[in-house]
Amino acid sequence: MFDPLSLFFLAVIALVSVPSLVYSAGYLKGQFTPRRKTLLHGLTAIFILSMAAVVTAADIIAFLIAWEIMSLVSFFLVVFEHEHEQSAQAGVIYIVMTHIGTAFLIAAFMLIHQYSHSFDFSAIRPACASMPQNARDLVFIFLLIGFGTKAGIVPLHIWLPYAHPQAPSHISSIMSGVMIKTAVYGIIRFIMYLMGVTAWWWGVVVLTAAIVTCLVGIIYALMEHDLKRLLAYSSVENIGIVLLGAGASMLFLFLKLEILAVLALAAGLYHLINHAVFKGLLFLCAGSVYKAAGTRNMEKLGGLIRTMPWTAAFFLCGAMAIAALPPLNGFVSEWLILQSFFLGALNIASGGMKFFLGICAAALAFTGGLAAACFVKAFGITFLALPRSRQAQEAREVPVSMRMGMGVLAALAVLLGLGAAWVIKALVVVAGCASRIDSSAISFSLNNLIVSPAQGNQTFLSPVLIAFGLVTFAAGIAVLYSVVRRRGVRIFKTWDCGYYRVTGRNEYTATAFSNPFRVAFSFFLFPYHRTRKIWESFYHVRSFSYETHTTPVFKKYFYDPLLRLVFSAAGLMRRIQPGSIHLYIGYIFLTVVVLIILMGKF
Amino acid sequence: MKVFALFIQFILLCSAAPLVSGIIARVKNNLRMRRGAPVLQPYYNIVKLFSKDEVVSDTTSWIFRIAPVVVLSSSLTALALVPAVISGNGANLAGDFLAIIFIFALGRFFLALAGLDAGSSFGGMGSSREMFISSLAEPCVFMAVFSLFLRSGSTNPEFINAVNYPHVATVLAVFCLMMVILAETSRLPVDNQETHLELTMVHEAMILEYSGRSLAFIEIGSYIKQMIWFSLLAHILFPASVAVSSGLARLGVSAVFFIVKILCIGAFVALLEVVIAKMRLFRVVDYFGFAIVFGILAAISSLIGV
Repeated sequence: MFDPLSLFFLAVIALVSVPSLVYSAGYLKGQFTPRRKTLLHGLTAIFILSMAAVVTAADIIAFLIAWEIMSLVSFFLVVFEHEHEQSAQAGVIYIVMTHIGTAFLIAAFMLIHQYSHSFDFSAIRPACASMPQNARDLVFIFLLIGFGTKAGIVPLHIWLPYAHPQAPSHISSIMSGVMIKTAVYGIIRFIMYLMGVTAWWWGVVVLTAAIVTCLVGIIYALMEHDLKRLLAYSSVENIGIVLLGAGASMLFLFLKLEILAVLALAAGLYHLINHAVFKGLLFLCAGSVYKAAGTRNMEKLGGLIRTMPWTAAFFLCGAMAIAALPPLNGFVSEWLILQSFFLGALNIASGGMKFFLGICAAALAFTGGLAAACFVKAFGITFLALPRSRQAQEAREVPVSMRMGMGVLAALAVLLGLGAAWVIKALVVVAGCASRIDSSAISFSLNNLIVSPAQGNQTFLSPVLIAFGLVTFAAGIAVLYSVVRRRGVRIFKTWDCGYYRVTGRNEYTATAFSNPFRVAFSFFLFPYHRTRKIWESFYHVRSFSYETHTTPVFKKYFYDPLLRLVFSAAGLMRRIQPGSIHLYIGYIFLTVVVLIILMGKF
Repeated sequence: MKVFALFIQFILLCSAAPLVSGIIARVKNNLRMRRGAPVLQPYYNIVKLFSKDEVVSDTTSWIFRIAPVVVLSSSLTALALVPAVISGNGANLAGDFLAIIFIFALGRFFLALAGLDAGSSFGGMGSSREMFISSLAEPCVFMAVFSLFLRSGSTNPEFINAVNYPHVATVLAVFCLMMVILAETSRLPVDNQETHLELTMVHEAMILEYSGRSLAFIEIGSYIKQMIWFSLLAHILFPASVAVSSGLARLGVSAVFFIVKILCIGAFVALLEVVIAKMRLFRVVDYFGFAIVFGILAAISSLIGV
């Protein structure tokens, strides 16, 4: 199937995969034996091709096969560095969760098949129109859970922060940048394109799930000080933002607000491609840091901007984009999603829905604020000030091939922001195709420079003009700085209350940076502290240690009880299988007897 | 003519921005029965900073050097989007109310990074707190803008202004925005511009390492930011801007109105700062809780049409 929707996702896959593969040439140098490297390249190739197959499959069977290949190959990639002890654990959590998701998908597809009697998309589409509403509701829920597991919707996100960081970095970049997006493709393709939205609460459910996903994802990201896990949690958040667009679009589709539905979906897809680009970039940068410094723990990093200037600049670009700072790409897509909420609230008749959309907008704004804080922390602690360990001090800039991979993605992040008017033009076509609306008359851009989400209400945004303003003013200020009354600049030590002995140990740490948030969100994070003092004498403390952790709420109160339940059920089942051959012969005998007795009945 | 008028307005707003802070400081001092520094003191400070050498820490990187430029240029860019005396502003093709908030985030982001760059704990503390406070303020602003939007149908600041007033919703939204503005311009009860006490400072801790011209740029950036917030607020409460074509007399009246509005807001802020005390950092959560309640109430009253 090669309609605009599939082509868009193919483009996303290519945009992230190609730079990641260029990057991998340098990244893998000196890491594995040649045979393992060959294996890794082979697996990566299958992985990328399977994703391409997922988004182009034109019937359910092909889709499922591609989906399963993608899941299995990505599992092998997660456990590829099996010498790390966390790999096995991450792999197990990943494969179990992803198969629970696939089970729900299969159930949904079987339900659909009951009515369509065919696996072909072109046959399903008309058949879905005649499905009774309760069957459609069930299919919707199954699809949402099934794809939601892959996308990382809270509380199904549990595998994501384990699995994504564990793979080699260019794979993390493809997984976070693209693989979780195939789940969004599934949601759009099956729910919006094939089934069509026929209940008002579908959109509301998706929006609610998206809000929770955004906020939970970013709060956990703020608490994290493993660089790659922070990025993985932030992927959870960004999937939430993408789904905010998709969910709003579902709501508007049901209410027959067609232009708004196209706007919301286009905004969501815009954020999707943006996230693919900047999260791919950030994972590659994190990989460079890991390769250069040998650790992903931010508390051991710092000062890398001096030894790794290129990586730092690229990471800064990604961080600015993900924190939605103008004029980069994240800003445009978040602005568009906010506008679609606002305009939706204006055009929907129901007061409750208006209010709900306002809450969605506020939640998105809150997420944006927290994301800015999170990436100030990620960049500031990792790259600025003094190194916090010897490894960080001895880090060296990465080779050219890695820098090229990162550079291409950084340039894309800038271009996707500045070229907003063109991007939105293309996305309107994609969104129109996905939501089955004739979008040829819909346009959200003026003069190729300005984005204008609604004709007539005079709301404009032009990243190019903003960038022009910023650059012009900055140039003016720089001239002013250097021309007006030339004064000296003295290089001296950081002011430290007169001691002048600032070392890496005096610096603010990642844990300290996120402490206000930990206190403010303690109702959800349940942080606990442990201080240990070893006394030398009554007055003197010889050593002092302080630990703080947050309670993983979903694991502790949802998955652990569930797991215990499964294990106790398995324990019961085990009793009929005690390992005695006599008993097994007895079972066979009994079965034969029962069959003979029942034979006459059939 | 129009471009020229806009240019003049832009220059005047820039140059008047420090004056607002000077007047607020003067009013505060007079309310405390002190004589206080002259209202032009902010200008003297800027001139003084420009004529001084600059000290840069040897642990810093280029982030520290470009942050003042980014802060000031983002403030100036945002200022270009704000209608003050003249409406029909061509610059609103570049962005709306939401874009202004996003542009502020750009300056704040770099300032917070610069705070971390010097490596002392003060800077880190300041940037951590600044990001904490601003992230809590964000949903409040959007809730308030949302409630204004429901009536005006556009996030273009001029359209928000064009709504005839005063509705309950507008007043509640202004309450919400006022609380946010106090935090954004680092004033009491969230922050205190007048002190350099380690335990309480937020904005000042972040820029502690700056001196000379760089500090002057950051200061000018914050004056302009304050000017932007005040003029946005002034227009939401009492819309009065006019088109350039409507004659010099109308323009003059509009200008006088604008100055009076800004002065009123400044005096109100000064009065508030004199009568309330600084809050503990973690009380800020409750503070913004109040703000968002105002925002939600504004949205609800906007929905029921009062």
